[in-house]
Amino acid sequence: MVKKQNDILSEQVKAIPPSAIRRFFDLANEMKGEVISLSIGEPDFVTPWGIREAGIYSLEQGYTHYSPNQGYMELREAISEYMIRRYSLSYKPAGEILITVGGSEAIDLVVRALLNPGDEVVIVEPCFVAYKATVVLARGIPVTIETTADNSFKLRAEDLEAAISDKTKLVMIGYPNNPTGATMSRDELSAVAEVLERHPDVMILSDELYAELTYTEEEHCSIASFPALFDRTIVVNGFSKAYAMTGWRIGYACGPDWIIGAMNKIHQYCIMSSPSTAQYAAIEAARNGDKVIQEMREEYNRRRRVIIEGCRQAGLTCFEPFGAFYAFPCIRGLGIDSDTFCERFLREKKVAIVPGKAFGSCGEGYVRISYAASLENIQEAMVRLSTFVQDLKNEGKDNR
Amino acid sequence: MLDRYELLRLIEHNARLTQPELAVMLGTTEEEIAAELDLLHKEDIILGYTTVVNWEKTKRESVTAMIEIRLMPQRDQGFDKIAQHLYRFPQVSSCYLMSGGFDLMLIIEDSTLREVASFISNKVAPIEGVVSTATHFILKKYKGNGVIFDDKPIDRREAIIL
Repeated sequence: MVKKQNDILSEQVKAIPPSAIRRFFDLANEMKGEVISLSIGEPDFVTPWGIREAGIYSLEQGYTHYSPNQGYMELREAISEYMIRRYSLSYKPAGEILITVGGSEAIDLVVRALLNPGDEVVIVEPCFVAYKATVVLARGIPVTIETTADNSFKLRAEDLEAAISDKTKLVMIGYPNNPTGATMSRDELSAVAEVLERHPDVMILSDELYAELTYTEEEHCSIASFPALFDRTIVVNGFSKAYAMTGWRIGYACGPDWIIGAMNKIHQYCIMSSPSTAQYAAIEAARNGDKVIQEMREEYNRRRRVIIEGCRQAGLTCFEPFGAFYAFPCIRGLGIDSDTFCERFLREKKVAIVPGKAFGSCGEGYVRISYAASLENIQEAMVRLSTFVQDLKNEGKDNR
Repeated sequence: MLDRYELLRLIEHNARLTQPELAVMLGTTEEEIAAELDLLHKEDIILGYTTVVNWEKTKRESVTAMIEIRLMPQRDQGFDKIAQHLYRFPQVSSCYLMSGGFDLMLIIEDSTLREVASFISNKVAPIEGVVSTATHFILKKYKGNGVIFDDKPIDRREAIIL
Protein backbone atom coordinates (compact mmCIF):
# COMPACT_ATOMS: atom_id res chain seq x y z
CA MET A 1 0.00 0.00 0.00
CA VAL A 2 1.47 3.29 -1.07
CA LYS A 3 -0.87 5.55 0.85
CA LYS A 4 -1.14 5.49 4.60
CA GLN A 5 -4.30 3.77 5.80
CA ASN A 6 -5.49 6.98 7.39
CA ASP A 7 -5.24 8.80 4.07
CA ILE A 8 -7.43 6.22 2.43
CA LEU A 9 -10.35 6.51 4.84
CA SER A 10 -13.15 8.98 4.15
CA GLU A 11 -12.66 12.44 5.64
CA GLN A 12 -16.21 12.26 6.88
CA VAL A 13 -15.64 9.06 8.80
CA LYS A 14 -12.46 10.42 10.31
CA ALA A 15 -14.33 13.53 11.37
CA ILE A 16 -16.65 11.67 13.72
CA PRO A 17 -15.15 10.79 17.07
CA PRO A 18 -15.39 7.11 18.09
CA SER A 19 -16.99 8.16 21.37
CA ALA A 20 -16.34 10.85 23.90
CA ILE A 21 -16.17 8.27 26.65
CA ARG A 22 -14.38 5.34 25.03
CA ARG A 23 -12.19 4.58 28.03
CA PHE A 24 -15.12 4.55 30.39
CA PHE A 25 -17.00 2.35 27.96
CA ASP A 26 -14.24 -0.25 27.99
CA LEU A 27 -14.01 -0.20 31.75
CA ALA A 28 -17.77 -0.69 32.15
CA ASN A 29 -17.62 -3.62 29.77
CA GLU A 30 -14.78 -5.18 31.73
CA MET A 31 -16.68 -4.85 34.99
CA LYS A 32 -20.01 -6.00 33.62
CA GLY A 33 -21.56 -8.63 35.82
CA GLU A 34 -20.11 -7.34 39.06
CA VAL A 35 -21.80 -3.96 38.98
CA ILE A 36 -25.26 -2.45 39.23
CA SER A 37 -25.83 -0.93 35.83
CA LEU A 38 -27.83 2.25 35.54
CA SER A 39 -26.02 3.10 32.33
CA ILE A 40 -28.27 1.48 29.80
CA GLY A 41 -30.54 3.35 27.43
CA GLU A 42 -32.95 0.50 27.02
CA PRO A 43 -35.83 -0.94 29.00
CA ASP A 44 -35.02 -3.67 31.51
CA PHE A 45 -38.36 -5.27 30.63
CA VAL A 46 -38.33 -8.12 28.16
CA THR A 47 -40.68 -7.56 25.20
CA PRO A 48 -44.22 -8.40 26.39
CA TRP A 49 -45.09 -12.00 25.64
CA GLY A 50 -48.06 -11.20 23.41
CA ILE A 51 -45.72 -9.32 21.08
CA ARG A 52 -42.97 -11.96 21.16
CA GLU A 53 -45.59 -14.60 20.47
CA ALA A 54 -46.75 -12.75 17.34
CA GLY A 55 -43.18 -12.81 16.04
CA ILE A 56 -42.86 -16.51 16.78
CA TYR A 57 -46.17 -17.23 15.06
CA SER A 58 -45.01 -15.44 11.93
CA LEU A 59 -41.95 -17.70 11.84
CA GLU A 60 -44.08 -20.80 12.32
CA GLN A 61 -46.19 -19.71 9.39
CA GLY A 62 -43.08 -19.35 7.28
CA TYR A 63 -43.34 -15.58 6.85
CA THR A 64 -39.64 -15.31 6.25
CA HIS A 65 -39.45 -13.25 3.06
CA TYR A 66 -38.56 -9.67 2.23
CA SER A 67 -41.25 -7.19 3.08
CA PRO A 68 -42.03 -4.28 0.74
CA ASN A 69 -39.28 -1.64 0.95
CA GLN A 70 -41.41 0.75 2.93
CA GLY A 71 -42.58 -2.02 5.28
CA TYR A 72 -45.69 -4.20 5.45
CA MET A 73 -48.88 -2.31 4.67
CA GLU A 74 -50.54 -3.85 7.75
CA LEU A 75 -47.86 -2.35 9.96
CA ARG A 76 -48.09 1.06 8.30
CA GLU A 77 -51.85 0.96 8.76
CA ALA A 78 -51.49 0.02 12.41
CA ILE A 79 -49.01 2.87 12.91
CA SER A 80 -51.28 5.30 11.08
CA GLU A 81 -54.11 4.41 13.48
CA TYR A 82 -51.76 4.63 16.43
CA MET A 83 -50.55 8.12 15.44
CA ILE A 84 -54.13 9.37 15.26
CA ARG A 85 -55.17 7.62 18.44
CA ARG A 86 -52.25 8.81 20.54
CA TYR A 87 -51.12 12.11 19.00
CA SER A 88 -53.96 13.22 16.70
CA LEU A 89 -51.54 13.19 13.77
CA SER A 90 -52.84 11.90 10.46
CA TYR A 91 -50.51 10.09 8.05
CA LYS A 92 -51.48 8.04 5.03
CA PRO A 93 -50.13 4.49 5.27
CA ALA A 94 -49.43 4.46 1.52
CA GLY A 95 -46.90 7.26 1.16
CA GLU A 96 -46.36 9.04 4.43
CA ILE A 97 -45.00 6.27 6.67
CA LEU A 98 -41.73 4.39 6.26
CA ILE A 99 -40.67 1.43 8.41
CA THR A 100 -36.97 1.57 9.28
CA VAL A 101 -34.34 -0.40 11.16
CA GLY A 102 -34.83 1.37 14.47
CA GLY A 103 -35.26 5.09 14.98
CA SER A 104 -31.56 5.54 14.24
CA GLU A 105 -31.94 4.57 10.60
CA ALA A 106 -34.89 6.93 10.24
CA ILE A 107 -32.78 9.81 11.61
CA ASP A 108 -29.97 9.00 9.19
CA LEU A 109 -32.41 8.80 6.27
CA VAL A 110 -33.96 12.17 7.05
CA VAL A 111 -30.54 13.76 7.20
CA ARG A 112 -29.29 12.11 4.03
CA ALA A 113 -32.49 12.81 2.11
CA LEU A 114 -32.33 16.51 2.90
CA LEU A 115 -28.71 17.61 3.19
CA ASN A 116 -26.38 19.04 0.61
CA PRO A 117 -22.74 19.56 1.59
CA GLY A 118 -22.43 22.66 3.74
CA ASP A 119 -26.04 22.75 4.86
CA GLU A 120 -26.45 23.60 8.50
CA VAL A 121 -28.38 21.46 10.93
CA VAL A 122 -29.45 22.83 14.29
CA ILE A 123 -28.96 20.30 17.07
CA VAL A 124 -30.18 20.81 20.62
CA GLU A 125 -27.68 19.46 23.14
CA PRO A 126 -27.34 17.44 25.31
CA CYS A 127 -28.80 14.89 22.94
CA PHE A 128 -28.69 11.39 21.54
CA VAL A 129 -25.19 10.75 20.22
CA ALA A 130 -26.23 9.90 16.66
CA TYR A 131 -27.53 13.34 15.67
CA LYS A 132 -24.21 15.04 15.20
CA ALA A 133 -22.52 12.03 13.63
CA THR A 134 -25.21 11.52 10.98
CA VAL A 135 -25.02 15.20 10.05
CA VAL A 136 -21.24 15.09 9.72
CA LEU A 137 -21.40 11.89 7.67
CA ALA A 138 -23.84 13.61 5.31
CA ARG A 139 -21.37 16.50 4.94
CA GLY A 140 -23.62 18.84 6.83
CA ILE A 141 -22.53 21.31 9.47
CA PRO A 142 -23.93 20.78 12.97
CA VAL A 143 -24.86 23.99 14.77
CA THR A 144 -25.45 23.22 18.40
CA ILE A 145 -27.70 24.91 20.90
CA GLU A 146 -26.83 24.34 24.52
CA THR A 147 -29.69 23.84 26.91
CA THR A 148 -29.27 24.19 30.65
CA ALA A 149 -30.62 22.76 33.87
CA ASP A 150 -31.78 26.27 34.87
CA ASN A 151 -34.26 25.99 32.06
CA SER A 152 -34.95 22.29 32.68
CA PHE A 153 -33.05 21.49 29.45
CA LYS A 154 -35.88 22.83 27.32
CA LEU A 155 -35.27 24.51 23.99
CA ARG A 156 -35.75 28.27 24.27
CA ALA A 157 -37.24 30.14 21.33
CA GLU A 158 -34.56 32.87 21.39
CA ASP A 159 -31.76 30.31 21.27
CA LEU A 160 -33.36 28.65 18.28
CA GLU A 161 -33.84 31.97 16.52
CA ALA A 162 -30.17 32.79 17.06
CA ALA A 163 -29.02 29.43 15.73
CA ILE A 164 -30.97 29.57 12.48
CA SER A 165 -29.14 31.13 9.52
CA ASP A 166 -29.87 31.27 5.81
CA LYS A 167 -27.88 28.03 5.50
CA THR A 168 -30.06 26.13 7.93
CA LYS A 169 -31.71 23.16 6.28
CA LEU A 170 -32.93 21.19 9.27
CA VAL A 171 -33.66 21.51 12.97
CA MET A 172 -33.47 18.34 15.07
CA ILE A 173 -35.58 18.24 18.21
CA GLY A 174 -35.71 15.35 20.64
CA TYR A 175 -38.27 15.48 23.44
CA PRO A 176 -38.72 13.61 25.74
CA ASN A 177 -34.97 13.87 25.77
CA ASN A 178 -32.18 11.36 26.06
CA PRO A 179 -30.08 11.98 28.22
CA THR A 180 -31.81 14.65 30.31
CA GLY A 181 -35.36 13.31 30.56
CA ALA A 182 -36.62 16.81 29.72
CA THR A 183 -40.02 17.22 28.09
CA MET A 184 -41.73 20.14 26.41
CA SER A 185 -45.39 20.97 26.84
CA ARG A 186 -47.62 22.32 24.09
CA ASP A 187 -47.23 25.85 25.47
CA GLU A 188 -43.46 25.62 25.55
CA LEU A 189 -43.34 24.13 22.07
CA SER A 190 -45.61 26.81 20.68
CA ALA A 191 -42.92 29.45 21.27
CA VAL A 192 -40.50 27.23 19.34
CA ALA A 193 -43.11 26.69 16.64
CA GLU A 194 -43.51 30.44 16.22
CA VAL A 195 -39.83 30.78 15.45
CA LEU A 196 -40.01 27.95 12.95
CA GLU A 197 -43.04 29.51 11.30
CA ARG A 198 -40.90 32.53 10.52
CA HIS A 199 -38.44 30.28 8.65
CA PRO A 200 -40.59 28.41 6.14
CA ASP A 201 -37.66 26.72 4.39
CA VAL A 202 -36.32 25.04 7.49
CA MET A 203 -37.27 21.40 7.86
CA ILE A 204 -37.89 19.79 11.22
CA LEU A 205 -36.94 16.35 12.48
CA SER A 206 -38.75 15.47 15.68
CA ASP A 207 -37.29 12.43 17.43
CA GLU A 208 -40.16 11.11 19.54
CA LEU A 209 -38.83 7.69 20.47
CA TYR A 210 -39.65 8.37 24.12
CA ALA A 211 -43.08 9.96 23.52
CA GLU A 212 -44.91 7.17 25.35
CA LEU A 213 -42.71 7.68 28.37
CA THR A 214 -44.12 11.05 29.38
CA TYR A 215 -45.14 11.41 33.01
CA THR A 216 -46.90 14.77 33.02
CA GLU A 217 -50.67 15.14 33.27
CA GLU A 218 -50.54 16.69 29.84
CA GLU A 219 -49.76 14.02 27.27
CA HIS A 220 -46.83 14.24 24.89
CA CYS A 221 -47.21 16.96 22.28
CA SER A 222 -45.53 16.64 18.90
CA ILE A 223 -44.18 19.69 17.11
CA ALA A 224 -45.88 18.23 14.02
CA SER A 225 -49.24 19.01 15.61
CA PHE A 226 -48.76 22.71 14.87
CA PRO A 227 -50.61 23.05 11.56
CA ALA A 228 -48.11 25.46 10.03
CA LEU A 229 -45.30 22.97 10.63
CA PHE A 230 -47.01 19.68 9.76
CA ASP A 231 -45.98 19.79 6.10
CA ARG A 232 -42.28 20.09 6.87
CA THR A 233 -41.90 17.96 9.96
CA ILE A 234 -40.72 14.37 9.95
CA VAL A 235 -41.68 12.54 13.11
CA VAL A 236 -39.35 9.69 13.99
CA ASN A 237 -40.66 7.09 16.38
CA GLY A 238 -40.18 3.40 17.01
CA PHE A 239 -40.99 0.38 19.10
CA SER A 240 -37.75 0.09 21.07
CA LYS A 241 -38.39 2.22 24.11
CA ALA A 242 -42.15 2.18 24.60
CA TYR A 243 -42.66 -1.52 23.91
CA ALA A 244 -39.31 -2.78 25.21
CA MET A 245 -38.41 -3.98 21.70
CA THR A 246 -34.87 -2.67 21.28
CA GLY A 247 -33.38 -5.80 19.77
CA TRP A 248 -36.10 -6.13 17.13
CA ARG A 249 -34.87 -2.96 15.42
CA ILE A 250 -38.12 -1.45 14.23
CA GLY A 251 -38.55 2.29 13.93
CA TYR A 252 -40.50 4.49 11.58
CA ALA A 253 -40.72 7.92 10.07
CA CYS A 254 -43.91 9.81 9.34
CA GLY A 255 -43.97 12.91 7.18
CA PRO A 256 -44.77 14.51 3.84
CA ASP A 257 -44.79 11.99 1.00
CA TRP A 258 -42.06 13.76 -0.98
CA ILE A 259 -39.57 13.41 1.89
CA ILE A 260 -40.69 9.91 2.88
CA GLY A 261 -40.35 8.96 -0.80
CA ALA A 262 -36.81 10.32 -0.94
CA MET A 263 -35.94 8.52 2.29
CA ASN A 264 -37.37 5.30 0.91
CA LYS A 265 -35.05 5.61 -2.09
CA ILE A 266 -32.00 5.53 0.17
CA HIS A 267 -33.56 2.85 2.35
CA GLN A 268 -34.29 0.55 -0.58
CA TYR A 269 -30.69 0.63 -1.79
CA CYS A 270 -28.98 0.48 1.60
CA ILE A 271 -31.28 -1.64 3.73
CA MET A 272 -33.85 -3.10 1.34
CA SER A 273 -36.45 -3.64 4.06
CA SER A 274 -36.75 -3.99 7.82
CA PRO A 275 -36.72 -7.50 9.30
CA SER A 276 -40.02 -9.24 8.57
CA THR A 277 -40.33 -11.16 11.84
CA ALA A 278 -39.86 -7.96 13.78
CA GLN A 279 -42.48 -6.20 11.66
CA TYR A 280 -45.04 -8.89 12.45
CA ALA A 281 -44.31 -8.49 16.14
CA ALA A 282 -44.61 -4.72 15.75
CA ILE A 283 -48.05 -5.06 14.16
CA GLU A 284 -49.24 -6.77 17.33
CA ALA A 285 -47.57 -4.09 19.45
CA ALA A 286 -49.13 -1.18 17.56
CA ARG A 287 -52.58 -2.75 17.53
CA ASN A 288 -52.82 -4.20 21.01
CA GLY A 289 -49.97 -2.73 23.00
CA ASP A 290 -51.54 0.35 24.60
CA LYS A 291 -52.21 -1.43 27.87
CA VAL A 292 -48.74 -2.94 28.33
CA ILE A 293 -47.21 0.42 27.53
CA GLN A 294 -49.29 2.02 30.21
CA GLU A 295 -48.24 -0.55 32.80
CA MET A 296 -44.58 -0.04 31.99
CA ARG A 297 -45.00 3.73 32.01
CA GLU A 298 -46.54 3.60 35.49
CA GLU A 299 -43.68 1.43 36.70
CA TYR A 300 -41.07 3.81 35.23
CA ASN A 301 -42.84 6.74 36.80
CA ARG A 302 -42.57 5.21 40.27
CA ARG A 303 -38.89 4.45 39.76
CA ARG A 304 -38.42 7.97 38.45
CA ARG A 305 -39.64 9.39 41.73
CA VAL A 306 -37.39 7.02 43.68
CA ILE A 307 -34.32 8.01 41.70
CA ILE A 308 -34.96 11.76 41.89
CA GLU A 309 -35.47 11.47 45.63
CA GLY A 310 -32.31 9.33 45.84
CA CYS A 311 -30.20 11.88 43.95
CA ARG A 312 -31.45 14.70 46.12
CA GLN A 313 -30.93 12.70 49.31
CA ALA A 314 -27.38 12.09 48.12
CA GLY A 315 -26.93 15.84 47.97
CA LEU A 316 -26.97 16.31 44.20
CA THR A 317 -29.12 18.96 42.56
CA CYS A 318 -31.38 17.33 40.06
CA PHE A 319 -34.03 19.05 38.03
CA GLU A 320 -37.16 16.95 37.77
CA PRO A 321 -37.34 15.10 34.44
CA PHE A 322 -40.81 14.23 33.20
CA GLY A 323 -39.92 11.95 30.32
CA ALA A 324 -37.83 9.02 29.05
CA PHE A 325 -36.15 6.94 31.78
CA TYR A 326 -33.22 9.09 32.78
CA ALA A 327 -32.28 11.44 35.58
CA PHE A 328 -29.54 13.96 34.85
CA PRO A 329 -28.24 15.24 38.16
CA CYS A 330 -25.56 17.90 38.47
CA ILE A 331 -22.20 16.90 39.94
CA ARG A 332 -20.53 20.29 39.80
CA GLY A 333 -18.93 21.49 42.98
CA LEU A 334 -17.55 18.06 43.85
CA GLY A 335 -14.20 18.90 42.33
CA ILE A 336 -14.16 16.32 39.53
CA ASP A 337 -15.45 16.14 35.98
CA SER A 338 -18.24 13.80 34.90
CA ASP A 339 -15.84 11.30 33.34
CA THR A 340 -13.84 10.94 36.55
CA PHE A 341 -17.00 10.88 38.64
CA CYS A 342 -18.41 7.96 36.66
CA GLU A 343 -15.14 6.07 36.50
CA ARG A 344 -14.56 6.35 40.24
CA PHE A 345 -18.20 5.57 41.04
CA LEU A 346 -17.83 2.45 38.95
CA ARG A 347 -14.51 1.38 40.49
CA GLU A 348 -15.25 2.33 44.06
CA LYS A 349 -18.96 1.66 44.44
CA LYS A 350 -19.60 -0.73 41.56
CA VAL A 351 -22.38 1.27 39.96
CA ALA A 352 -22.28 2.18 36.27
CA ILE A 353 -23.76 5.48 35.08
CA VAL A 354 -22.84 7.62 32.07
CA PRO A 355 -20.86 10.90 31.99
CA GLY A 356 -22.99 13.75 30.67
CA LYS A 357 -20.16 14.77 28.37
CA ALA A 358 -21.01 11.84 26.10
CA PHE A 359 -24.11 13.73 24.98
CA GLY A 360 -22.47 17.02 24.07
CA SER A 361 -20.04 19.36 25.73
CA CYS A 362 -22.78 21.14 27.69
CA GLY A 363 -23.50 17.80 29.36
CA GLU A 364 -20.23 18.15 31.27
CA GLY A 365 -20.94 18.57 34.98
CA TYR A 366 -23.83 16.13 34.79
CA VAL A 367 -24.30 12.38 34.77
CA ARG A 368 -27.01 10.29 33.19
CA ILE A 369 -28.63 7.75 35.47
CA SER A 370 -31.07 5.35 33.85
CA TYR A 371 -33.98 4.08 35.88
CA ALA A 372 -34.68 1.27 33.45
CA ALA A 373 -33.63 -1.08 36.24
CA SER A 374 -35.29 -2.98 39.06
CA LEU A 375 -36.44 -1.07 42.12
CA GLU A 376 -34.02 -3.06 44.31
CA ASN A 377 -31.07 -2.12 42.10
CA ILE A 378 -32.12 1.51 42.01
CA GLN A 379 -32.49 1.66 45.78
CA GLU A 380 -29.13 0.02 46.39
CA ALA A 381 -27.44 2.26 43.80
CA MET A 382 -28.86 5.35 45.49
CA VAL A 383 -27.46 4.25 48.85
CA ARG A 384 -24.05 3.86 47.22
CA LEU A 385 -24.40 7.20 45.44
CA SER A 386 -25.02 8.86 48.75
CA THR A 387 -21.88 7.42 50.34
CA PHE A 388 -19.86 8.21 47.22
CA VAL A 389 -20.91 11.86 47.20
CA GLN A 390 -20.08 12.01 50.91
CA ASP A 391 -16.63 10.53 50.19
CA LEU A 392 -16.03 13.20 47.57
CA LYS A 393 -17.12 15.97 49.89
CA ASN A 394 -14.81 14.68 52.62
CA GLU A 395 -11.92 14.59 50.15
CA GLY A 396 -12.68 18.19 49.29
CA LYS A 397 -12.43 19.13 52.96
CA ASP A 398 -9.16 17.22 53.41
CA ASN A 399 -7.62 19.01 50.47
CA ARG A 400 -8.51 22.40 51.80
CA MET B 1 -53.83 13.10 44.47
CA LEU B 2 -53.16 9.54 45.57
CA ASP B 3 -54.52 6.89 43.23
CA ARG B 4 -55.77 4.12 45.53
CA TYR B 5 -55.92 1.62 42.68
CA GLU B 6 -52.27 2.19 41.88
CA LEU B 7 -51.46 1.79 45.57
CA LEU B 8 -53.42 -1.48 45.68
CA ARG B 9 -51.81 -2.83 42.53
CA LEU B 10 -48.38 -2.03 43.94
CA ILE B 11 -48.81 -3.72 47.30
CA GLU B 12 -50.70 -6.61 45.76
CA HIS B 13 -47.43 -7.46 43.99
CA ASN B 14 -45.09 -6.44 46.76
CA ALA B 15 -46.56 -6.16 50.22
CA ARG B 16 -43.15 -5.44 51.72
CA LEU B 17 -42.87 -1.92 50.34
CA THR B 18 -42.64 0.39 53.32
CA GLN B 19 -44.78 3.45 53.76
CA PRO B 20 -41.86 5.83 53.09
CA GLU B 21 -41.05 3.88 49.90
CA LEU B 22 -44.66 3.96 48.78
CA ALA B 23 -44.83 7.69 49.46
CA VAL B 24 -41.84 8.38 47.17
CA MET B 25 -43.00 6.00 44.45
CA LEU B 26 -46.47 7.47 44.34
CA GLY B 27 -45.36 11.06 44.71
CA THR B 28 -47.13 11.72 47.99
CA THR B 29 -46.53 11.90 51.73
CA GLU B 30 -46.17 9.10 54.26
CA GLU B 31 -49.14 10.51 56.14
CA GLU B 32 -51.36 10.21 53.11
CA ILE B 33 -50.21 6.63 52.47
CA ALA B 34 -50.83 5.69 56.09
CA ALA B 35 -54.29 7.25 56.04
CA GLU B 36 -55.24 5.53 52.79
CA LEU B 37 -54.00 2.12 53.99
CA ASP B 38 -55.95 2.60 57.18
CA LEU B 39 -59.06 3.35 55.18
CA LEU B 40 -58.51 0.35 52.90
CA HIS B 41 -58.31 -1.91 55.95
CA LYS B 42 -61.40 -0.38 57.48
CA GLU B 43 -63.34 -0.82 54.28
CA ASP B 44 -62.30 -4.49 54.19
CA ILE B 45 -60.63 -3.95 50.83
CA ILE B 46 -57.27 -5.08 52.16
CA LEU B 47 -57.91 -8.33 53.97
CA GLY B 48 -54.41 -9.59 54.60
CA TYR B 49 -50.84 -9.91 53.35
CA THR B 50 -49.33 -13.14 52.09
CA THR B 51 -46.03 -14.45 50.77
CA VAL B 52 -45.55 -16.34 47.54
CA VAL B 53 -43.72 -19.55 48.52
CA ASN B 54 -42.37 -22.20 46.21
CA TRP B 55 -42.96 -25.16 48.52
CA GLU B 56 -41.51 -27.54 45.97
CA LYS B 57 -38.08 -26.25 46.89
CA THR B 58 -38.56 -27.11 50.53
CA LYS B 59 -38.64 -30.46 52.29
CA ARG B 60 -42.25 -29.97 53.31
CA GLU B 61 -44.62 -32.52 51.84
CA SER B 62 -47.88 -31.08 50.66
CA VAL B 63 -50.47 -31.70 48.03
CA THR B 64 -52.87 -29.34 46.39
CA ALA B 65 -56.09 -30.47 44.81
CA MET B 66 -58.81 -28.73 42.89
CA ILE B 67 -62.25 -30.16 43.50
CA GLU B 68 -65.16 -29.53 41.20
CA ILE B 69 -68.45 -29.93 43.03
CA ARG B 70 -71.88 -30.18 41.49
CA LEU B 71 -74.68 -29.12 43.80
CA MET B 72 -78.41 -29.25 44.09
CA PRO B 73 -79.38 -25.66 44.90
CA GLN B 74 -81.26 -25.24 48.16
CA ARG B 75 -84.47 -23.30 48.44
CA ASP B 76 -83.92 -19.65 49.41
CA GLN B 77 -80.22 -20.15 49.95
CA GLY B 78 -78.85 -21.01 46.54
CA PHE B 79 -75.32 -22.31 46.87
CA ASP B 80 -74.17 -19.98 49.62
CA LYS B 81 -74.97 -22.18 52.56
CA ILE B 82 -73.04 -25.17 51.25
CA ALA B 83 -70.17 -22.93 50.19
CA GLN B 84 -70.03 -21.48 53.68
CA HIS B 85 -70.11 -24.93 55.22
CA LEU B 86 -67.19 -25.99 53.04
CA TYR B 87 -64.92 -22.94 53.17
CA ARG B 88 -64.84 -23.02 56.95
CA PHE B 89 -62.59 -26.06 56.81
CA PRO B 90 -59.01 -24.83 57.17
CA GLN B 91 -57.75 -27.14 54.44
CA VAL B 92 -59.83 -25.17 51.93
CA SER B 93 -57.55 -22.42 50.73
CA SER B 94 -59.89 -21.04 48.09
CA CYS B 95 -63.55 -21.48 47.24
CA TYR B 96 -65.30 -20.16 44.14
CA LEU B 97 -68.79 -20.28 42.69
CA MET B 98 -68.41 -21.18 39.04
CA SER B 99 -70.27 -20.94 35.79
CA GLY B 100 -70.25 -23.95 33.47
CA GLY B 101 -70.42 -27.68 34.10
CA PHE B 102 -70.08 -27.59 37.89
CA ASP B 103 -70.93 -25.17 40.69
CA LEU B 104 -68.20 -24.88 43.31
CA MET B 105 -64.47 -25.03 42.92
CA LEU B 106 -62.49 -25.78 46.06
CA ILE B 107 -58.75 -25.61 46.30
CA ILE B 108 -57.53 -27.89 49.04
CA GLU B 109 -54.07 -27.95 50.53
CA ASP B 110 -53.07 -30.73 52.86
CA SER B 111 -49.97 -32.67 53.72
CA THR B 112 -50.76 -35.99 52.05
CA LEU B 113 -52.85 -37.41 49.28
CA ARG B 114 -54.58 -39.67 51.75
CA GLU B 115 -55.66 -36.71 53.86
CA VAL B 116 -57.12 -34.92 50.86
CA ALA B 117 -58.94 -38.08 49.79
CA SER B 118 -60.36 -38.62 53.24
CA PHE B 119 -61.43 -34.99 53.50
CA ILE B 120 -63.41 -35.34 50.28
CA SER B 121 -65.02 -38.64 51.13
CA ASN B 122 -65.77 -37.75 54.76
CA LYS B 123 -66.48 -34.07 54.64
CA VAL B 124 -67.48 -33.04 51.15
CA ALA B 125 -69.29 -35.89 49.43
CA PRO B 126 -71.75 -36.70 52.24
CA ILE B 127 -73.14 -33.16 52.44
CA GLU B 128 -76.76 -33.01 51.48
CA GLY B 129 -77.03 -31.21 48.17
CA VAL B 130 -73.67 -32.37 46.84
CA VAL B 131 -74.47 -34.30 43.70
CA SER B 132 -70.96 -35.24 42.63
CA THR B 133 -67.29 -34.30 43.00
CA ALA B 134 -64.28 -34.54 40.71
CA THR B 135 -60.82 -34.18 42.20
CA HIS B 136 -57.75 -32.98 40.31
CA PHE B 137 -54.36 -33.10 41.97
CA ILE B 138 -51.82 -30.48 41.02
CA LEU B 139 -48.62 -32.08 39.76
CA LYS B 140 -46.53 -29.00 39.26
CA LYS B 141 -47.02 -25.30 39.85
CA TYR B 142 -45.66 -23.21 36.98
CA LYS B 143 -47.13 -19.88 37.92
CA GLY B 144 -49.09 -18.64 40.89
CA ASN B 145 -50.14 -15.22 42.21
CA GLY B 146 -48.79 -13.71 39.00
CA VAL B 147 -45.32 -15.07 39.72
CA ILE B 148 -43.58 -17.51 37.40
CA PHE B 149 -41.86 -20.20 39.49
CA ASP B 150 -38.29 -21.14 38.55
CA ASP B 151 -37.86 -18.07 36.41
CA LYS B 152 -35.01 -15.91 37.60
CA PRO B 153 -34.71 -12.90 35.33
CA ILE B 154 -31.33 -12.47 33.69
CA ASP B 155 -30.25 -9.05 32.49
CA ARG B 156 -29.05 -9.70 28.96
CA ARG B 157 -28.34 -6.09 28.09
CA GLU B 158 -24.97 -4.67 27.09
CA ALA B 159 -22.90 -2.77 29.67
CA ILE B 160 -23.62 0.67 28.27
CA ILE B 161 -26.13 1.81 25.71
CA LEU B 162 -26.24 5.49 24.91
